[in-house]
Amino acid sequence: MKKKEITITLNGENRTFEFEPNLTLADALRDRVGLKSLKCGCERGDCGSCTIFFDGRSVKSCLILAVEADGHEVTTLEGLMIKGKLTPIQKSTLKHNAFQCGFCAPGMIIAATELIRKNPNPHKEEVCEAIAGNLCRCTGYSPIVDAILDYKNFEGKE
Amino acid sequence: MNDKNNKELKYVGKNVVRKDGKEKVTGAAIYIDDIDFGPNTLYAAIVESPHAYAKINSIDATEAEKIPGVVKVVMGKQFPYRFGLYMHDRYIFAQDRVRFVGEQVAAVIARDPRIAKRAAKLVKVDYTVLKPILDVKEALGVGSENNAEAGIPKELVHPELKDYQHVPWFFPKDNTNIAHFRKIRNGDLEAGFKDADFVFEDNYVVPRYAHCAIEIHGAVGKLDHSGRLTVWTSSQSPHTQRHLFTQALAPLGFTHNDIRVISPYVGGGFGGKAGVSMEILAAALATTVPGHPVKVLWSREQEFYNTYQRQGVHAKIKVGVKKDGTITALEQLLYWDAGAYVEYGANVVNAAGLSATGPYHIPNVKIDSVCVYTNLPPGGPYRGFGYSEFLFGLESHMDEIAKKLGMDAVEFRLKNAVREGDKLAYGAKMNPNGLIEAISKVREEIKWDEIDKADPSRPHIAKGKGFALFWKAPAMPPNSSSSCFLKFNEDASVNLLISAQEIGQGYHTVMAQIAAEILQIPPEKIRSELPDTDRNPYEWQTVASHITWSCGNAVKNAAIDAREQIFDVVERALGKKREALYLEDECVKSTEEVAWSVPLKNFIIDGFMMKDGTWRGGPIIGRGTFMPEFASALSDPETGVGGKPNVHYTVGAAAVTIEVDRETGKIKIPKAVLAVDCGKALNPDLVRGQITGGLLQGIATVLYEDMRFNELGKLMNANFTDYKIPTALDVPEEIVPIIIETAQPDGPFGARGVGEHTMIPVAPMIGNAVKNALCVRVKSMPITAEKIVMALQEKNKEENKEKI
Repeated sequence: MKKKEITITLNGENRTFEFEPNLTLADALRDRVGLKSLKCGCERGDCGSCTIFFDGRSVKSCLILAVEADGHEVTTLEGLMIKGKLTPIQKSTLKHNAFQCGFCAPGMIIAATELIRKNPNPHKEEVCEAIAGNLCRCTGYSPIVDAILDYKNFEGKE
Repeated sequence: MNDKNNKELKYVGKNVVRKDGKEKVTGAAIYIDDIDFGPNTLYAAIVESPHAYAKINSIDATEAEKIPGVVKVVMGKQFPYRFGLYMHDRYIFAQDRVRFVGEQVAAVIARDPRIAKRAAKLVKVDYTVLKPILDVKEALGVGSENNAEAGIPKELVHPELKDYQHVPWFFPKDNTNIAHFRKIRNGDLEAGFKDADFVFEDNYVVPRYAHCAIEIHGAVGKLDHSGRLTVWTSSQSPHTQRHLFTQALAPLGFTHNDIRVISPYVGGGFGGKAGVSMEILAAALATTVPGHPVKVLWSREQEFYNTYQRQGVHAKIKVGVKKDGTITALEQLLYWDAGAYVEYGANVVNAAGLSATGPYHIPNVKIDSVCVYTNLPPGGPYRGFGYSEFLFGLESHMDEIAKKLGMDAVEFRLKNAVREGDKLAYGAKMNPNGLIEAISKVREEIKWDEIDKADPSRPHIAKGKGFALFWKAPAMPPNSSSSCFLKFNEDASVNLLISAQEIGQGYHTVMAQIAAEILQIPPEKIRSELPDTDRNPYEWQTVASHITWSCGNAVKNAAIDAREQIFDVVERALGKKREALYLEDECVKSTEEVAWSVPLKNFIIDGFMMKDGTWRGGPIIGRGTFMPEFASALSDPETGVGGKPNVHYTVGAAAVTIEVDRETGKIKIPKAVLAVDCGKALNPDLVRGQITGGLLQGIATVLYEDMRFNELGKLMNANFTDYKIPTALDVPEEIVPIIIETAQPDGPFGARGVGEHTMIPVAPMIGNAVKNALCVRVKSMPITAEKIVMALQEKNKEENKEKI
């Protein structure tokens, strides 16, 4: 299949790639670019493990073709950590022992980050709603919800 | 000096932050599909049976082989070998017949996964379709209703059953579909029923379920040109996998020393990644393309139909009881739909049979737990290992009995609850436990004795409470063991080499806490390594909730071994009195010399220099193993009595308040309480994590999930759109985890396992709450809104009839 050249602002850097038109953005990021934080758990948009930021909105990258990202801004969990520092959501989920197997964590953290950018003081219901598209089988969600609600206590802390 | 550590625990019992936490919140944690194997990697796609039962006549791969990029088509006949954990009934590839929809028949290996998939569709298999056996009762045959042994089946799923090797505690029946028949007989059943004032009998049905770990199964095999076979797997059982790979591939000349299994982080297991299922394909296929890594990655659909499934069960329960609530006798017939291959699943049936009295003291018992072959996907281990399944019926039934006797459901349970020292149905004695404490704490927290008043503004909402007890023992061979090497680095930091798996439970953290406590080194300086069978010592499997207890003991023993070596060298090199030495703040100290101490890092690798310039000591390496030498699986096959098959039980109680909409049947859960006796909470935060997680996984089985097969045996809901697992919106409004600590005498710091147990009471607890709220009893799982509304309509019909 003939490849198409595309340019993406990927984690803040302009990058040019050649991808087949039928390659999903999730597969492209993981298998061709080597960004492994996002995971694939269903390949049909059900589980949310492959959630990334696309022009600042959280999307499931298994439902987008890589060529559709041409000219857009894509940020994965790797790109959220400025100079390798953890974000408040990461610090809070770490301290709360919120995750267990950790497979859903990257997608879940993206979804939570989007929420607090839009709504810095979310209620519990709003947190649950915001992460309802991200499946977790280990935790029963409540430790994750508690950690997200507590993120402000980790702002500006090392 | 040993006692000093046990009196004031510095690291054990504390909410230490997960050792794997930072890797996981940063996306740095590596799972099987994150490993890069380079451009030489090949990808396999599987040719699958579209039929539940058929004879394979021929396979034609001509068209597939023509596709550019296809490297090889591997026919099932190339691997005519059977294997299995407890019974050798599973084939690497189907041979003469296929036994479930989705079973592997052949494989296409290609340079690109998409080419492999496309080519696999072009492989033509000619079948003679047979009538599948999809129902347990049909599989048992005519005349099996109350006596499975008497059934005469029309068709056999495994005509060669009598030739299969199995563990000595399995009892298959020739010329039937019974792969294992676990009998428990204790006391005098007839006398027990005669002694009763009432006898209550009922039937309960539990369907099949899927684990739904968010990470899908994957495996990569590579046979290098020197003949070394390495298999990377997402596995709860790396050493057991190596053993089974070696057994299965022994005809090709492989020994244990030739095979290496490496397991990175596992993205959720719940039993689904125990033993060997699809991983055998990566191991076998790798032998056909030396020098190439071969990757087999399941799709979510395959994850549903070709790994393990939780087995379905039909339970017939008969209980004799006196007017005062004393249970005199129990008969429980459990007929399990174990699927096409039962190499692992038959032990679920065995475990359930041993413990199907539930956490009750019952003097006269008959249990038949029967493992039945069907043409559905292989059954196997799933969190709870049979206990969730039989307790749905038993705990529902106990509630019904209390109601019929006019007794409070909690009082009835208290009256019959098992106590320490009670004789169990198979003859052994019950271990120390906090069941009574758990019952009373849950009763208090859920305000059991207060009735939830109906809300006049919402007349369609009915409120109710439900209660359930649970117990579970690790189901494991009596000689299951764990081991640990503990090595120091120059700065007195520690690496633990252990081979259990971090599947999310927090095992690395807790093992670090155990070693930290003995060595008085902070857990932050102790790192555990993920399993690699070449490097890390033996572990049976990360299953059965036995790791905290078993591997915890191995780690503790290794740390004590290291500590004793430290004291040896200090005594030998410095002439200190050994009995006075103790460890504190990463130093050796002495009770006799308050001002003296020596930091571990000063000598832990290089030793001490003597006056003459020679050195004493050398790298300290601790070694620890653990095997429960008191356990035995040998018993009388006709009664199950004689051995000590279970090392101990973890027990507890749970309760829930629900609000049900009478019009829609929808259930809301305002509050759930679960108390579990973990012996000692080594890390309370992680125990609470098991409680919230297990509760929701249990809620999933009772409210949302079940596997739906069509009349040809094909799974109809093999995806998350149709098999709905809970989201964050489905969590109870309030969850109260309660930790009970009745020390396990042989556990590390008194700990016993807690992983599976939190899921076990949930289904009957909610069923009991539905009964309490609406006066209807749903006897089959899941308890969907639809079933509730139908049960209410049925009840109204009955009541109207009575009025007329």
